[in-house]
Amino acid sequence: MLSDIAVQYLPILVFLAVALGVALAASGLSFVLAKQKPDPEKVSAYECGFEAFSDARRRFDVRFYLVAILFIIFDLEVAFLFPWSVSLFEGGVAAFWSVMIFLGVLTIGFIYEWKKGALEWE
Amino acid sequence: MISSAEFVLLSPEILMAAGALLLLMYGVFAGDRVSGTANLVGMIYCIIAAFLVWQMPDQRQYYLNGFLVHDSFASYVKVVVLLGSALALFMADAYARRHSIARPELAVLIMLAALGMMLMISAHDLLSLYMALELQALALYVLAAFQRDRLASSEAGLKYFVLGALSSGLMLYGMSLLYGSFGSTDYLVLASSLSQGGALPMPVLFGLVFVCAAMAFKVSAVPFHMWAPDVYQGAPTPVTAYFAAAPKVAAMAVFARLLLEPLMGAFNDWQQIIIFLSLASMILGGFAAITQTNIKRLMAYSSIAHVGYGLVGLAAGTAEGLQGLLVYLAIYFLNTLGTFAVILCLRHNGTAVENLSDLKGLSKTRPLLALALTINMFSLAGVPPLAGFFGKFYVFMAAAEAQLIWLALVGLLMSAVACYYYIRIVKLVYFDEPDHGTDAVSEIGLRAVIAISAGYMVLFCVAPQPIIGTALEAARGLLLR
Amino acid sequence: MPATLIFYLFATVLILAALMVISARNPVHAVLFLILCFFNAAGLFVLQGAEFLAMLLVIVYVGAVAVLFLFVVMMLDIDFKQLRQGFVRYLPLGALVGAVLLIEIGMMAVHWPTMAGAAAQTPAPAALGNAEAIGAVLYTKYWLPFQVAGLVLLVAMVGAICLTLRDRGQVVRQNVSVQMNRKRSDVIEIKKVPTGQGISDGGMA
Repeated sequence: MLSDIAVQYLPILVFLAVALGVALAASGLSFVLAKQKPDPEKVSAYECGFEAFSDARRRFDVRFYLVAILFIIFDLEVAFLFPWSVSLFEGGVAAFWSVMIFLGVLTIGFIYEWKKGALEWE
Repeated sequence: MISSAEFVLLSPEILMAAGALLLLMYGVFAGDRVSGTANLVGMIYCIIAAFLVWQMPDQRQYYLNGFLVHDSFASYVKVVVLLGSALALFMADAYARRHSIARPELAVLIMLAALGMMLMISAHDLLSLYMALELQALALYVLAAFQRDRLASSEAGLKYFVLGALSSGLMLYGMSLLYGSFGSTDYLVLASSLSQGGALPMPVLFGLVFVCAAMAFKVSAVPFHMWAPDVYQGAPTPVTAYFAAAPKVAAMAVFARLLLEPLMGAFNDWQQIIIFLSLASMILGGFAAITQTNIKRLMAYSSIAHVGYGLVGLAAGTAEGLQGLLVYLAIYFLNTLGTFAVILCLRHNGTAVENLSDLKGLSKTRPLLALALTINMFSLAGVPPLAGFFGKFYVFMAAAEAQLIWLALVGLLMSAVACYYYIRIVKLVYFDEPDHGTDAVSEIGLRAVIAISAGYMVLFCVAPQPIIGTALEAARGLLLR
Repeated sequence: MPATLIFYLFATVLILAALMVISARNPVHAVLFLILCFFNAAGLFVLQGAEFLAMLLVIVYVGAVAVLFLFVVMMLDIDFKQLRQGFVRYLPLGALVGAVLLIEIGMMAVHWPTMAGAAAQTPAPAALGNAEAIGAVLYTKYWLPFQVAGLVLLVAMVGAICLTLRDRGQVVRQNVSVQMNRKRSDVIEIKKVPTGQGISDGGMA
């Protein structure tokens, strides 16, 4: 038996199934219907294409990583605020100030980041 | 949210958190040149917090919805941890300046780590314990890698992080099994459910084993010790000193509280685990230290062995055993800080040296430093009039009283083995010819820590009662309610 | 039994994707399979009625952590073929550990107890939605762990910056307020040049 909440998600499941079906059909049909006679010239890069110079996976600058990790931290901060947004009027003053302290701590972190220049990309 | 009585109980933690935040802002606005001031301010915050903890009443109180507990046990360990943090900051200053890691974040991270340790010592719920444990662990991972331009330091940080994350995973697995079995994370509920007696159900047993394994990781007990030598060697030396002092003490206290409070009903099950951890740590720590050539690595194995001795007291599961453990911790933290302060002083023409061979003939170039090192080594070995002897004495006595005479005997035997490498250091210092000179020590922080620790080791026997009495009170505060 | 059917669908895909995570040759593919794992786990959460957790799993793990994984995989210039060389050698040990864990879980599943004196798990109030039920206790009853979580995030922030941010000296940064406040008189000087004489100051001549 599906729980009440799960039933509400049934349309999404149906949607996912349809999306999967359409995607498989689109790529599958072109594979089946089209004539496939590959030869070296046909599959090589044509006039407008270059041969790849090197592997696409090169070393990234560590700064990408820094930005990503700062993003995760604020993402998590937001995740803590979702329940607050729906229960704001039930929690009362205590919950409000509790969240304010939480946000205060992370705002200090944000000021630190800003002042250190971690958010700049020159 | 928080009543005024709770506010008073939480005031040391609030002070540390507010201090760390203020220091972070001060540091970022004033720039890296204020790192010396930041270290000093951080030290003062730790000392004030220690004072606040010290003057709190002894009776047991639960606060913040039962997430935390205040008792004399928590006060005792918190004071030790805060003093350890303060002294580590005091020592770190000169090193940080010399190795271009003089940044105010060092003080901020040490304060936040100390805050995490205070919370985990007081934790009375698996949830608050886990959060506090993560707070201190995360700060410590960063501290290990703080000297980021040195490969060894980055390696130490990464190794510590990966293995620490693994142990956190084990901890969570164990905790979720306990929660699944008992329907609560509160220590009180766990304790009362377990005290019903009968054979331990399978999930509870596995939960207990996983939690023990994770805590063994945190205190670096064999067979979960493999991170310690690499991390101790790679991390910046003052940070290593800090690792060996404060987090180890805090983790041992948490281990003791976990086993003696919520899991006391499973005493017969966890006693064998603790005995095994203790035996393995004493034996491996003792023998592996003999072959080391790097002083920091040697100290890592020495600390593993000392964890083993401390666990002997825990294995007894009595108030006397816990008292022994607490006396042991209060002596060991200063002993190890003093030893690392001497290591920090070993410099030849401005560069730090950390090999055993560099100690040769130290008595001829720096007689006072050599004397301090000798006192610390003899104390670590547990030679009678010095403080280290009392720690071992109380632990082994408690084990003997709890029908664990053979464990105490193995402990004595391994102490004798350990004497070999401690005394070998003394031999290098006094009877070998120096290969090179050792620079003079001018830093007030290092001098002070060395003087305090050496003085404490020597003078402890004059008036041991304050520490031993407080430790007994603290142990009773946890065990006899 | 639609619920059972959907459960087995998600669970099967989850386990297959998890297998692919550890066996895929290309690490980028492994991360993509990990994302598939997260999605299926989210589906399982929804099936249990834990929609808030499902949402967090998608937002935090798929949206952020998986992206970070991709960055890290790309950032480390590791020869993954070399990394795989020990695979067969370590397989018995890994399989042993896995088997032990599996047996443990099996034993626990068989012996799942009904503890005497155990409190019943706190059920979510039926009238409240997931997020509301969490919001009702997270900020008040669970005040302490909530604030410690904030401090953990702060330490993560400080640590990430402390360990990776470098001052790149000779970079000229744009300073908008300085640009905007520049006056014509600060930078331009107009000189009347007499005919046939020129000017000689400032080395311009």
